[in-house]
Amino acid sequence: MSLIDSVSLPRSLRLPRLDGLIQWIVPLAIIAIWQVASVTGFVSTRVLPAPSDVVLAGWKLLLSGELLRNIWVSFWRASIGFLIGGSIGFAFGLANGLSQLSARLTDTTLQMVRNVPHLALIPLVILWFGIDESAKLFLVALGVFFPIYLNTLHGIRTVDPQLIEMGRIYGMSDGELFRRVVFPGALPSIFVGIRFALGIMWLTLIVAETIAASSGLGYMAMQAREFMLIDVVVLSILIYALLGKLADSTSRVLERATLSWHPAFQKR
Amino acid sequence: MQTALRTSLPETELPSRANFVPHARVVHEERTAHTGGRPLSIRGLRKSFGANEVLRGIDLHIPAGQFVAIVGKSGCGKSTLLRLIAGLDEIDAGSISFGGDVQPEDIRVMFQEPRLLPWARVLANVEVGLGRDRASSDAHARAEKALSEVGLADKRDQWPSVLSGGQKQRVALGRALVSRPRVLAFDEPLGALDALTRISMQRLLERVWRDQGFTAILVTHDVSEAVALADRVLVIEGGRIAHDVTVNAARPRQRGSAELASLEGSILSHLLSADDRT
Ligand SMILES: Nc1ncnc2c1ncn2[C@@H]1O[C@H](COP(=O)(O)OP(=O)(O)O)[C@@H](O)[C@H]1O
Ligand SMILES: [Mg+2]
Repeated sequence: MSLIDSVSLPRSLRLPRLDGLIQWIVPLAIIAIWQVASVTGFVSTRVLPAPSDVVLAGWKLLLSGELLRNIWVSFWRASIGFLIGGSIGFAFGLANGLSQLSARLTDTTLQMVRNVPHLALIPLVILWFGIDESAKLFLVALGVFFPIYLNTLHGIRTVDPQLIEMGRIYGMSDGELFRRVVFPGALPSIFVGIRFALGIMWLTLIVAETIAASSGLGYMAMQAREFMLIDVVVLSILIYALLGKLADSTSRVLERATLSWHPAFQKR
Repeated sequence: MQTALRTSLPETELPSRANFVPHARVVHEERTAHTGGRPLSIRGLRKSFGANEVLRGIDLHIPAGQFVAIVGKSGCGKSTLLRLIAGLDEIDAGSISFGGDVQPEDIRVMFQEPRLLPWARVLANVEVGLGRDRASSDAHARAEKALSEVGLADKRDQWPSVLSGGQKQRVALGRALVSRPRVLAFDEPLGALDALTRISMQRLLERVWRDQGFTAILVTHDVSEAVALADRVLVIEGGRIAHDVTVNAARPRQRGSAELASLEGSILSHLLSADDRT
């Protein structure tokens, strides 16, 4: 995905100085219009609080420590769930990409399980785990597993067989072949999987925390809804968006660092 | 011109070659200490893919250091022969020997595609060619030397994707040369290059072959390339070596000279007459 959007603009059309700023013009304009609409009463504050109220609510929650605690809880759940599901998906992707036997043993089963939307399991998961931490971790891990599994597998299977033959001709051992040829060749596809997985990670967490939790951003939003604190609700939504953006940027930075050989990432 | 063409008859040649091979081995063992070449002997080589009998008994002796070109129409089994020589596929019957023990590093192949690792810099790609010596302390120095031999020392830190087709193929040649192979097999290495790049690559091939003295086996569909570079041109037809033509022209050869042109003409007419029969 990222490979495509980074080549879509011809370089000559970009103005390097404005490049960093230009993307902020539209969001800032929207916030300004929103603020004006709220202050003038054009939009009722019961429908949408003014941006300034949201910032104020955030400041209060920050001072009470509640905000950071909830962000931390959500961040922790997201990361641990991602690490667990991602590693298992990666391991299965590697195993099934490298071994015919392993693929024949597990791939069909995994492909069948993939057709169950993982959020449909929420009632079952609550019955199994209650509203315990493990319920959220399980759902996030399950959601993250498939994109990473599928893209790792696809990446390994589509490594140029001529390069693999070349590696063999030049006497690479299995380990060396993996390290020098197969893994680097699969990496662009693995990154596609990671970025899909990050999206699913936040989505799963939001749903899970909204339905069954006693802490976290989703829980904070649901509590605020009960007390009609619409500014806190909007705040939670915005923080989710920021965290999602942060995760995406991190993966982009990693991608740029590790795929610098790729023509799509080369600075001319 | 027909005198230069000799239709090889395996039956009558086998005895003489049987005498010749042990001889060659003695001579060769003295030579390998200093120079690169290894002789190559192929006996009764057969290879089929399912019901498709591709090679039906190849008998061939190549003395150490000779430059041999193999021509033949598409699908006649040139690549198959080369892959068997390089040990990439299993032999069905017959034998291939290099006059004594050979290390994997002694035999190298170059393909039409450069097959460079896109995620490794040019120098690292050349180092791949060192085989088991990749981890040795002089790996860098050896790779740099091979890279200057192919005239790309200044590209050592580039990614392959920024190189032209001819430059990529030169890196691939550097990678094949870095282990100082005794036998170098080329499968249409210049097939994808434009005419000018091709000619300069042909000169480069000839130069490194003369410098290093390896035994060269070049598969090509370009008969003029074959007669320009090779000491000997083999025509494969019907799974056998149908013609074995010696090219006596002195080196450096005059491209497009009357001598090479008439040799090229007679090889082409052989290829075409084979085409008419099928
Ligand atoms: N791995 C393979 N499996 C099945 N058939 C093959 C394989 N490799 C080559 N062949 C067949 O062997 C014949 C000779 O192929 P090849 O040696 O590549 O010809 P060329 O002289 O054009 O290089 C062709 O008919 C080809 O289809
Ligand atoms: Mg071929």
